[in-house]
Amino acid sequence: MDEEVVSQPLDLVRLSLDERIYVKMRGDRELTGRLHAFDQHMNLVLGEVEELITVVEFNEATQEESVRVIKKGYEMLFVRGDGVILVSPPMR
Amino acid sequence: MLFYSFFKTLINQPVIVELKNDVSIQGQLVSVDQFLNIKLEDISLVEENKYPHMRTVKNCFIRGSVVRYVTIPADKVDVGLLQDAARKEATEANKK
Repeated sequence: MDEEVVSQPLDLVRLSLDERIYVKMRGDRELTGRLHAFDQHMNLVLGEVEELITVVEFNEATQEESVRVIKKGYEMLFVRGDGVILVSPPMR
Repeated sequence: MLFYSFFKTLINQPVIVELKNDVSIQGQLVSVDQFLNIKLEDISLVEENKYPHMRTVKNCFIRGSVVRYVTIPADKVDVGLLQDAARKEATEANKK
């Protein structure tokens, strides 16, 4: 069997095709989903996606900061690459 | 050109485009180009009360760079084909 040479960072992403991955995005967003497609711009197509949006609210009156997390789900999602910060296997 | 070809297979499907300014637009995908600019027809704003800007607009052109996500019907996607194409595209991008 031929050896798979991992020479470029994108080769690592290629190894994750059809696996679940974690994506950190701009705007305090995180996605987990099954990687179906990607390209050199880090455009992605993910299936069975869960999106987590972290919202920090500041209460003027009490001077308190509160953190909320909004969860959303998508069956199939195209993600534009310019919003992607990092891609990794899901965190255990 | 992978995603350009991918979107061409989705022409005439209902999609939801979420923009970087948090506006979500639902509509029928009419056309796409190499920059992933999108033309939608018969649009409806997902949160109409929050974003009433486009109440009278039926068709729109969206610049590719302002898109954050496009929600697609899962049953219209051949995942096996997509994954194979992505594998090939990655190797080609490396060789260049």
